[in-house]
Amino acid sequence: MIHIKRLQEDGADIIALIGEIDASSSIELDLAIAKSVGEGFIKILVDCSALEYISSAGLGVFMSYIEEFNDRNIRMVLFGMSDKVANTFDILGLNELLKIGKDKVQAKKIVNEL
Amino acid sequence: MNYKFKVGCNIENLKNVRDFIRGALKNHAISELEISEIVLALDEMCSNLIIHAHNCNPDDLFELNIRIEKEKPLVFELIDDGTVFDINEFNTPGIDSIIHQKRKGGLGIRLVKSIMDKVEYQKHEGRNICRLVKTVQFK
Repeated sequence: MIHIKRLQEDGADIIALIGEIDASSSIELDLAIAKSVGEGFIKILVDCSALEYISSAGLGVFMSYIEEFNDRNIRMVLFGMSDKVANTFDILGLNELLKIGKDKVQAKKIVNEL
Repeated sequence: MNYKFKVGCNIENLKNVRDFIRGALKNHAISELEISEIVLALDEMCSNLIIHAHNCNPDDLFELNIRIEKEKPLVFELIDDGTVFDINEFNTPGIDSIIHQKRKGGLGIRLVKSIMDKVEYQKHEGRNICRLVKTVQFK
């Protein structure tokens, strides 16, 4: 079960993920990111501080946006991951492909510098 | 010690599967990080089985067995009677091609292969057994 909250700060859209993302709930993540893009945001921050678990279904959603975001100059930064969640990204080397900040302050800095 | 769980092929049940695995492993002085990796790998295997071998039919059941013996590799068995999808025969796509083709599959198999030591398949009395083996550090 995943609960997703959105809020806007300094022109960035912050998508907060609360709970667990697996094959049954990854569609929610996809819809939230698509909505943000559809509303015209070019700075998207994904708050993972309350994300307890993510499987490949969720990772695949992030991956599926990489090319589109590069082409359209949309910047996405993830932040606040627990060690366990960060490890899932590390196993696949996704920490090299996605922008990941330690906390919101660092994520904002990264998104503004990109 | 053996643990057994039987569940219908509905992706809504994945959460219960993860809770069962976590619960079983927590009794055995295995590190949190190793538990989380094993839970992830088995979630991936169960998702594949539910979606691809059983088309999410909740009336189809599969069984998950866990065998834990001190100082021995952990053994996990997924037993069902659907179509076998042998991940060893699946050529794991490169990360670049996954990004380029926007494919959402392939990542899970990559995770399973990175986490587990061995994945093997066998038929027993008409049923499929997928056995996954993982050596862990007992604390």
